[in-house]
Amino acid sequence: MALDNKTDAGKRQFKIVGTRPLRPDGVDKVTGRARFGADMSAPGMLVGAVLRSPHPHAQIRSIDTTRARALPGVHAVVTRADFPTVDDAAIADILDNCMAGDKALYDGHAVAAVAAASGAVARHALELIAVDYAPLPFVTDVDAAMKPDAPALHPSRADETVPPGLSANVMARHQFGHGDIEAGLAAADRVLERSYRTEATHQGYIEPHACLASVGPDGKADLWCCTQGQYMVRNTCAAILGMEQGSLRVTPSEIGGGFGGKTTVFLEPVALLLSKKAGRPVKMVMSRDEVFRASGPTASTSIDVRIGMTKDGRITAGFAELRYQGGAYPGSPVDMGSMSAFAPYDLEHVKTIGWDVVTNRPKQAAYRAPGAPMAAFAVESAIDELARGFGLDPLEVRLKNAAREGTRASYGPTFPAIGLEATLRAAKDHPHWSAPLGPNQGRGVACGFWFNFGGDTCVSLNITPDGTVTVSEGNPDIGGSRASMSMMAAEELGIPYEKVRTIIADTGSLGQNDVTDGSRVTFAVGLATIEAARAAKREMCKRAAQVWGIDADAVIWEDGAVRPVSPNAGKHPPMTLAEIAAIASNTGGPIAGHCEVNAEGAGVSFGTHIADTEVDPETGAVKILRYTVLQDAGKAVHPDYVEGQFQGGAVQGIGWALNEEYIYGDDGRLQNAGFLDYRIPVASDLPMIDTVILEIPNPGHPYGVRGVGETPIVPPLAAVANAVSHATGVRLTHLPISPPRLLAAIRAK
Amino acid sequence: MSAIHVTTTINNDATEFLCAPDETLLDVLRDRLGLTGSKEGCGSGDCGACSVMLDGRLVCACLVLGAEAEGRTVATIEGMAVGETLHPLQRKFLEHAALQCGICTPGFLIAAKALLERHPDPTEEEARYWLAGNLCRCTGYDKIIRAVLDAAAEMREAG
Repeated sequence: MALDNKTDAGKRQFKIVGTRPLRPDGVDKVTGRARFGADMSAPGMLVGAVLRSPHPHAQIRSIDTTRARALPGVHAVVTRADFPTVDDAAIADILDNCMAGDKALYDGHAVAAVAAASGAVARHALELIAVDYAPLPFVTDVDAAMKPDAPALHPSRADETVPPGLSANVMARHQFGHGDIEAGLAAADRVLERSYRTEATHQGYIEPHACLASVGPDGKADLWCCTQGQYMVRNTCAAILGMEQGSLRVTPSEIGGGFGGKTTVFLEPVALLLSKKAGRPVKMVMSRDEVFRASGPTASTSIDVRIGMTKDGRITAGFAELRYQGGAYPGSPVDMGSMSAFAPYDLEHVKTIGWDVVTNRPKQAAYRAPGAPMAAFAVESAIDELARGFGLDPLEVRLKNAAREGTRASYGPTFPAIGLEATLRAAKDHPHWSAPLGPNQGRGVACGFWFNFGGDTCVSLNITPDGTVTVSEGNPDIGGSRASMSMMAAEELGIPYEKVRTIIADTGSLGQNDVTDGSRVTFAVGLATIEAARAAKREMCKRAAQVWGIDADAVIWEDGAVRPVSPNAGKHPPMTLAEIAAIASNTGGPIAGHCEVNAEGAGVSFGTHIADTEVDPETGAVKILRYTVLQDAGKAVHPDYVEGQFQGGAVQGIGWALNEEYIYGDDGRLQNAGFLDYRIPVASDLPMIDTVILEIPNPGHPYGVRGVGETPIVPPLAAVANAVSHATGVRLTHLPISPPRLLAAIRAK
Repeated sequence: MSAIHVTTTINNDATEFLCAPDETLLDVLRDRLGLTGSKEGCGSGDCGACSVMLDGRLVCACLVLGAEAEGRTVATIEGMAVGETLHPLQRKFLEHAALQCGICTPGFLIAAKALLERHPDPTEEEARYWLAGNLCRCTGYDKIIRAVLDAAAEMREAG
């Protein structure tokens, strides 16, 4: 048996991949039928609610729930005392974040929860819970938290990478690089030293966290929730609650945005415990205030950079020291910031040091290319300042130093075929780069990098008796992935796209799947879908050969049908997928293909962005006039949704650059926990976002696919800041470039 | 606090419900009537995900009390398509890939329909300002604006 297994993705002629069919879940989402997290309900359902700390840091002396439990309509109350003890440090931190133990560590930290017959009763019950807090000194700023006398959140938890004598809030030190920094800097015509700061931003998904838990008296449990990974929810909740993974079935709802923020649990273990105690299903939904105060944000950062450049634009050495606060627990993405900071460049001498710091803020969660946008802001700003200082074209300088195939990356590995240079050349040739600018207008460019990921993946592909195909995969569809999987299955099987239906399975239906993160789904689930389709094709070849009475290696799969490989194999008309499916019961039984794999070869991703801004010198307001994203997609399976990732990521980055920030008051409490005061970009803030998809095939995927979702948020912070600097002549080193901050900088010029 | 009895019309259906005096129209639609197509993104009128029409006027259902629906007409996303036929805006949102996660989509569709009823030939800038009360975190708005303008053109042609 031979398959038309063309692995040369660069030359392959695709029939379906690369086209723009309608997404299969689209009708449900434009008619209101699609069910998101808060849309689930169950018979006898109770409503859960959480009591949260008003203090940024406090000892919890006692919690008295007597009056709440006595309120008619209240069916269960839980505090940390109701949860089992957890040994694993990472799981213990997740539990402590879901429900505080001895200390409340940030404003909004959960301290108790109730389940009641209605939301009104639940809210009333929260008011009846008496918590005796002893407020403690607190710290919310990363640099302040690193001072030796700073209030300590977790005394004696630092890991062995941290040298002695530092603040107890320093949890880990990371180092990457190669070469000799001082020797490299000595060879430069100019060495630029700058310090940069970025503020914490929230992923800002429009759908608040929500779940519905139902635990039976036999300990078997069901959970419906909006998440980026139902298997992660199952495994984490099971570990926290001391359950077996097999006894908890998690079904993901449609997900109303995640961007990394739904790769952990907040309400889910609490809802399960409330349901267990009450003996009834319990639904919990966060308010927007809770989403801001107690879920998600990414790290705020403080970064020092030293870069040497020759007057012809060659970077001789790059050094960065990065300090990221990741909220109240270890695990800020400073490691990935340190690895990615100089990744776009081919440097002989490069070094980064990263410090992971805790503060009295909510535990950070992944946010699209976690850690990379802030590091890129610092490095790309410094390169821009050096290039313009020498009177050089910042795009040419980047081309001169760009990482290429064979470059030893700043974080260790040697790059295979990559697309950075192609994005830079496309940017140079794009009409945007040479378009004229008016007064108070400026143009900025920046590059970005993301690692991309593969990971554990299962796909099951079933051929129905009438020859249609169903694909089951284990990753929530966060932006069109059902369409991509259906397209790849149809491509591989040689059948129309409409003949394939892809569904998202619950945790009982497939093996372990990693969460929807690392831009992994189109790559890894796509790879598994193609492999599952190939397994089904092998079986169909066998069945046809069996019917024809010839050897299985005397047939070939081509254009959706099995054919004899040559006239010598006998004269048999092609047998289509539908024909084979119709007789499957008589040739050995139902036909399916499946693939279980830890997908490797994700293929790194690079992009280049061009931003035009206009600055109002009277108010300091910045308007985005024009914006272009150029990125390598490997192979764009559904170009509409690739463009959508480019545009959405760019706009999140624009918000980070211009508007968005967590603002803490002197009382250590979050001052802007709502969409009115935490302002994400709206339609009237923006122009159309132009996109250019480049396709440098990823050798690690049968069709050449690379993940595209995260890279687009990496360049905008610097691209916008560089454009503002070009427009005003002042260099902004502190994001966001809000009107008061920019006005002050212009006036200080 | 006793419940209030409300008689209203929702998506052309005569409807009665009981609600608490402080209960929002959004909670009534979602929790009492099973109309979960209207979404709650903020509960404070900042995100537009709960946009509905109340007597022909665009409102955030989270800022209206259920009791205020008495004697009035409410139109939600569930009433936008007619049988199997999608509204042109719904079709154009699909054709332009104007949604990624889809949570903001019902609100955008209701708000865009209200725009085109008032102003069948909006400029890009007018569409952007009209829809500035609807937050989308996935798309960067590009494809949404294209879909709305394309639907407007098609609806004008159809007269």
